Amino acid sequence: MTTTLTSQKEILPPPTERFTILGWLKKNLFGTWFDAILTVVSGLFIIYVLYMGFRWILTTAQWAAVTDNLQLYMKGQYPASEDWRLWLLMYLFALIIGLMWGVFLRRAEAVGWILLAVPVILALWMVKLERAAWLNLLIMDAAAIVGYFLGRRYPQRLQRPTIILILLYMPLVILIVRGFGESGFLPLVTTNLWGGLLLSLLLAIFGIVFSFPVGVLLALGRQSRMPAIKTLCVVYIEIIRGVPLITLLFMGQLMLPFFLPAGITIDRVIRAAVAIIMFAAAYMAENVRGGLQSIPKGQYEAADAIGLNGVQKMVFIILPQALRAVIPVLVGQFIGLFKDTSLVALVGLLDLLGIARGILANPNYIGRQLEVFAFIALIYWVFSYAMSYGSERLETALGVGER
Amino acid sequence: MTTNTSEHGAVPFWRDERYIQIIAQVIVVAALVALFYWLIHNLLTGLAALGIPLSFRFLGIEAQFDIGETLIEYSRNSTYAQAILVGLLNTIKVSFIGIIFATIVGVIVGIARLSRNWLVSRIAAVYVQVLRNIPLLVFLIFLSTTVFHKLPRVQQALALGKMAFLTNRGIYTVWPVPAEGWNVYKWLLLGSFVIGVLVAIYFYRQGLRTGRMPLYWLWGFLTFLALSIIAWFVAPGAPLALDYPYLAGRNFKGGQSLTPEFMAILSGLVIYTSAFIAEVVRAGIQAVSKGQREAATAVGLTSFQTMRLVIFPQAMRVIIPPLTSQYLNLTKNSSLAIAVGYPDLFAVGSTIINQSGRAVEVILITMAVYLTFSLLTSLFMNWYNRHTRLVER
Repeated sequence: MTTTLTSQKEILPPPTERFTILGWLKKNLFGTWFDAILTVVSGLFIIYVLYMGFRWILTTAQWAAVTDNLQLYMKGQYPASEDWRLWLLMYLFALIIGLMWGVFLRRAEAVGWILLAVPVILALWMVKLERAAWLNLLIMDAAAIVGYFLGRRYPQRLQRPTIILILLYMPLVILIVRGFGESGFLPLVTTNLWGGLLLSLLLAIFGIVFSFPVGVLLALGRQSRMPAIKTLCVVYIEIIRGVPLITLLFMGQLMLPFFLPAGITIDRVIRAAVAIIMFAAAYMAENVRGGLQSIPKGQYEAADAIGLNGVQKMVFIILPQALRAVIPVLVGQFIGLFKDTSLVALVGLLDLLGIARGILANPNYIGRQLEVFAFIALIYWVFSYAMSYGSERLETALGVGER
Repeated sequence: MTTNTSEHGAVPFWRDERYIQIIAQVIVVAALVALFYWLIHNLLTGLAALGIPLSFRFLGIEAQFDIGETLIEYSRNSTYAQAILVGLLNTIKVSFIGIIFATIVGVIVGIARLSRNWLVSRIAAVYVQVLRNIPLLVFLIFLSTTVFHKLPRVQQALALGKMAFLTNRGIYTVWPVPAEGWNVYKWLLLGSFVIGVLVAIYFYRQGLRTGRMPLYWLWGFLTFLALSIIAWFVAPGAPLALDYPYLAGRNFKGGQSLTPEFMAILSGLVIYTSAFIAEVVRAGIQAVSKGQREAATAVGLTSFQTMRLVIFPQAMRVIIPPLTSQYLNLTKNSSLAIAVGYPDLFAVGSTIINQSGRAVEVILITMAVYLTFSLLTSLFMNWYNRHTRLVER
């Protein structure tokens, strides 16, 4: 497409080892007699597990507890009349993924086809159930494809807008899901109606969006030469990192009301979100500190030499490099945060896990724990794994962390 | 510098960095003090209005609730302080056993991931990828509700010979108990331990003197083992007898019983943490450069010696810090025991909060305990890092 790409292609990679099938088997599976035993045993193990798993999924399991309540798992009590907001955000998400693929990876890959196939398969499955759902899924695919071709067409010009769009997306999600005002264009949806996967994702997004600035400030404070500020930051970071998240959540639910003057109450979702943000900020600070420490001293000195003041030095020279170096770690933290949001179920919020427990308490679905937990574990797994896989691919494509 | 300032006049104090820094710090500290004063003032007035002023005296009151499993003497009449101690001991118990098993499983999986056997390394990779991407809490509740509470009832217990019975009320296994010879044997055991340590010290000294370090800990351990086996036969009567569990009426008697709650939290923590430990171990071994192995082979070390003397010590330096933080994570994660009903520190604390309304005090105590664990760990880490730091020219 562009000249840089063709010139890269001219440099051939070193030849790889080639085997016949038998040679590959000999090298990787049956090298020694011990290897052969291991191969046979683990082969039998895999066959057994797959057989039992598929037999359970296809015959024994009763999926009513899952299929009857898909709406609850996905969005809790979020009013159906406002569903279009969630779908709008999903289109935008698909568009962003498509754009990223087109701008940064620039080629179609097997994983991309799988990602596109998932909505189609889901839509086919839902054809009989819900018209709105499968139409929306297909629109998502369309948005992703449009994004991909736009990104491929104008990779240079769209690079910056794509990054800005990614950064703006998370605050936009919070704004659109919540809404504002009594009536009108985006009426307010109170937090007690948020639930299911929607709430889990929102808490993770809250956590990452708000803990980011706090974490950066704490990291800078920890590096500061001012003893009082340094001490305060160190104490905060070490205390928060030393206690389990669940104690902070309980603190938010049970202790916070005592610390506020009588008459002021904060809603429970916000209290949980504040606990998560406080927790995430301490870890964020340590990750950012790692990035700051990786910046060579010469960069600071050079910034001083060209006459930048302290703030300019940080904002224009140090932080951009430091944050770029820790992108992989931050993605890891985001995944951890998404998994940790499940703890809010213990303080009575109806996130994905909370909803699942609520559904299991329904007498119609007694004894369906295995199906329900397999389902929500799969959801958590797909999201976490997709994030880690995506960040890995982006890192290699962008060459992050290998300067 | 001085001439410069005298020419242009002194820098006004509001542009002098030293003053700015001091003023900024004073402002920040003052603002924080004011904020905390306001919060604590609210807290004290609010609590006073409720009639439960902030104090730790409630710790001396009778707890009036039962705890499922305790390591020390505890009853409904015990105090809140004793209840908290029971919870703390339960936390330590599950963390300690969990750390041992998680390390064993984690090391095995980590090495399996590096196996030359394609199938074995794939299985290990799937194990790690599946567990690392599922929330621990989901996994714990899953284990508790679909495995340990779904075991057959006591009457239809799943028996593994006479050795163990799996039921939904718990797992009952055979367990050694002291018998007639135990009183003599325990002193013999202590004696053989002391001799074992002395042997190890002797070999270590010898190693320092001659420059050829033998496997001093192995020799010490073997001495201890041999002596304690000899002592077994020397002691009058068998020192230990096996106590088999048996069905007595509605429940099992004898042997060791493990509650389903304990098994759920323990196996959950072990399996989950082992996936992370496996990654740590793999990264550590891969961090040792290939040249080290080649060099060791070139100077004629056997493959076992290469592993023990060259690869392992270098991998340990990379492995230990993240491994310690995994141990700390396991300890902190044991607070999720509340979801499966195991009475750890946090679960006992939350019962006390429900019963006495002392939310602030109990949460402070709980956080202080976890903080202590974490500070002890970081003290150890700092010591270890200083101890094993690369000494460069």
